[in-house]
Amino acid sequence: MASAYDPHPDREYACIRNSAALIDVSPLYKYRISGRDAMRLLDRMITRDMTKLKPGQVYYTPWCDGEGKVIDDGTVSRLDERTYRFTSADSSLRWLRMNALGMEVSIEDISEAVGTLSLQGPLSRAILSTVSPADLGALKYFRLVESTIRDIPVSISRTGYTGDLGYEIWVDASRALALWDALVEAGIPYGLAPAGVWALDIARIEAGLIMMDVDYFSAHHALIEQRKSTPYEINLGWAVSPAKGPFNGRRALTEERQRGPAWGFVGLEVEWDSFERLYAAHGLPPQISNIAWRASAPIYIGGRQVGYATSGCWSPLLKQSLALAHLRAPYFAPGTRVELETTVEHRRERSNAVVRKLPFFDPERKKA
Amino acid sequence: MSARYDAIVVGGGHNGLIAAAYLARGGRKTLVLERRPMIGGAAVTEEIFPGFKFSVFSYVVSLLRPEIIRDLELPRHGLQILPLESTVTPLDNGDYLASWSDPDETRRELCRHSTHDADAAVVFGRLMHHMAMAVKPILGMVPPDPTSLSPGDLAGLLKLGGHFRSLGPERFHALHKLMTMSSADYLDEWFEFDALKATKSASGIIGTFLGPRSPGTAYVLLHHYMGELDGAFRAWGFHKGGTGAISETIASAARAHGAEIRTGAAVARVLVRGGRTTGVALENGDEIAASVVVSGLDPRLTFTRLVDPKDLPTPLVDGVRNFKFRGSSGKVNLALSGLPNFTCMPGVGPHLRGAISISPSIDYLERAYDDAKYGEFSEHPYMDIVIPSMIDPDMAPPGKHVMSIFVQYAPYHLNGGWNDARREAFGDAVVKTLAKYAPNIESLILHRQVLTPDDIERITGLSEGNIFQGELALQQLFFLRPVPEWAKYRTPIHGYWQCGAGTHPGGGIMGASGRLAAREILRATA
Repeated sequence: MASAYDPHPDREYACIRNSAALIDVSPLYKYRISGRDAMRLLDRMITRDMTKLKPGQVYYTPWCDGEGKVIDDGTVSRLDERTYRFTSADSSLRWLRMNALGMEVSIEDISEAVGTLSLQGPLSRAILSTVSPADLGALKYFRLVESTIRDIPVSISRTGYTGDLGYEIWVDASRALALWDALVEAGIPYGLAPAGVWALDIARIEAGLIMMDVDYFSAHHALIEQRKSTPYEINLGWAVSPAKGPFNGRRALTEERQRGPAWGFVGLEVEWDSFERLYAAHGLPPQISNIAWRASAPIYIGGRQVGYATSGCWSPLLKQSLALAHLRAPYFAPGTRVELETTVEHRRERSNAVVRKLPFFDPERKKA
Repeated sequence: MSARYDAIVVGGGHNGLIAAAYLARGGRKTLVLERRPMIGGAAVTEEIFPGFKFSVFSYVVSLLRPEIIRDLELPRHGLQILPLESTVTPLDNGDYLASWSDPDETRRELCRHSTHDADAAVVFGRLMHHMAMAVKPILGMVPPDPTSLSPGDLAGLLKLGGHFRSLGPERFHALHKLMTMSSADYLDEWFEFDALKATKSASGIIGTFLGPRSPGTAYVLLHHYMGELDGAFRAWGFHKGGTGAISETIASAARAHGAEIRTGAAVARVLVRGGRTTGVALENGDEIAASVVVSGLDPRLTFTRLVDPKDLPTPLVDGVRNFKFRGSSGKVNLALSGLPNFTCMPGVGPHLRGAISISPSIDYLERAYDDAKYGEFSEHPYMDIVIPSMIDPDMAPPGKHVMSIFVQYAPYHLNGGWNDARREAFGDAVVKTLAKYAPNIESLILHRQVLTPDDIERITGLSEGNIFQGELALQQLFFLRPVPEWAKYRTPIHGYWQCGAGTHPGGGIMGASGRLAAREILRATA
């Protein structure tokens, strides 16, 4: 994925929140899962209740190993009665096959065969309406529709990784370039710009959306147990349906639910004055990058470390320095005051920060 | 008399709204009274042509104080500042000079014209950074009176003295030069490429009745760099929905703190009894009581219109009489059916998302000033052009555009005075000048709004149409703004205060005057 199409992401980010941005998310891993047991396979894998997923509906969900530790997170779309599209950040073919043992199901890796363009931003619907006959006014959040864009057959889902109004458009790879051109042409009068992962990263942090192997380690990648997380520990407890049939990690997650998770995943807002003081001590105005950071930074209360931040950015919209962070119980309650390690002029300092509930930014238009 | 208020703010411009928000936040029952049907003063967005929205007067956000954004939680109330990325100066030989947001790109561009200047720009930028750091604290302080021996003033002066001593000789001397020289002379010491000097010096003449060769204009060069100090905060640019939207954002914050805002409520005068204010009388005859009245209007209106000058000491009245307004700029707003095609950079490109500066040479700017000096509008004016719809597509229908042209010079005191014919002649000169660089412009114009200083005064009330409520000239800054001894937001009338851009530090959508005034009022009435 491109970092940016401009030398820096300022405008690309602004387009996500002001007009529209076109993001090539084709590098996602994609699978087409069909057959009599397709639903059973997915229900066994993911933490959400597949029996409730209606045709034309999309789930965002994590999936776990037997100990309830998260392997990856992605989406499941029900294309028709027996066909599903499954997306993941990491290659998942082996895990799908292992879980499908003894089932009557076809798993097709369509990662290379299907291109995905994400059209995100407040004007995304207006742009799409000019090139597609789909009834976008009726397309609800996390629903999808089969349609065309300038005669190119596409599947349009109202999903995205920005926390804004937006759509992901699924297309046969051979038509993907034509689709890109059609959307750019239609979007220019509406201020559309292509955007890369730098801009996307800021938007997804504002939206409190996690990234695998940045904000948590996949249970399949973690070298040590401590690096693994359960859904409850990464703010995905809402996506665990304890009442559903058997699924990977159910027993461990039920126990954890009763016990209460040891970690919470929250937002941090850095207090500007304390941040500014750290720089003023060196005679400098505050230095802020227009690119998000992805490195672990310790979090303290008093002298004691109580957690760590995994990514963060300056939010040009909220005018605040934000971070996503893991905090030990009970320090993840909103309003808790903590100190975030901040490197200033080669010295490790601490800025004051306050725990916030995620997401930081949640505009009405996202679901309206 | 209707309900009683702790404080009444006269004028719903951005400083008035900010003062009201701070007063309400401080627990004062606050009422804002705005004469026009909409709030914002000179920061308003109006749909003057169906489907096309214009930031009619003030058109970009610069220097809006980050502490105001934080204190009033403006992002929660809709603040959305979009990047204004570049400045392109078309040249008379068909070439251009550009400055982009990427420093490497800008350097490469400068090298096309002068590698010497590209090198100089780096060192110049570093010096300006330090100068801006030196001056910045002044923006956030109530000006101490150098003739006063009160502990507060002495403490302020001592702080300032220490601050300037810490600059070191080299930077102190540079600061002295900036305070006294003309921008043309100062830039001559650094650069050789004329269009670069002209474009840089343009920021020094905006809103003043001075030319690039007038002493005192170098100081304003600093303002640009002061914005860069807040660069991290990214408070420079174009507000989504135009400058009216930023007024709405501040108003929303004020209301959230409990302030009440009334439009269509023109204040006739401030009520004064026994040397103290008791409220205001509206033009419709209503009287509203309050122990504090804050004028967001300019010094002339504050001291000679809202109150009877007879209630004021003579030196103050005399100082206000001599306060220089002499509006020198106009505005042309265009609704366009498509995009202008600049000969120097044909087609659609990133240059249309930034500013286009018509400032090809120092001589060009100085000649434009010459016209104004003798009472005419510039035949070939300096222009700062932006196309807001390129940045915020909501400003115009898809594929159509709005263009905002800031024009200088258009003297308030025009020979023979302004009238409809002169206004349109001024508009014609602007379009003709632009057509020299973008020949298709005339064929694109769907609607044209021309605003002279006379119009600015008539519509917004700003005396002589001065966009800063009085020139930002050195003799009218800091403890001299608006007049010596009355630069601390107080007036001789107990309970009557000033908070407009005619007070320190003034100028632009900065809000510092409103914030500092409110802080002083809260302290005085604690």
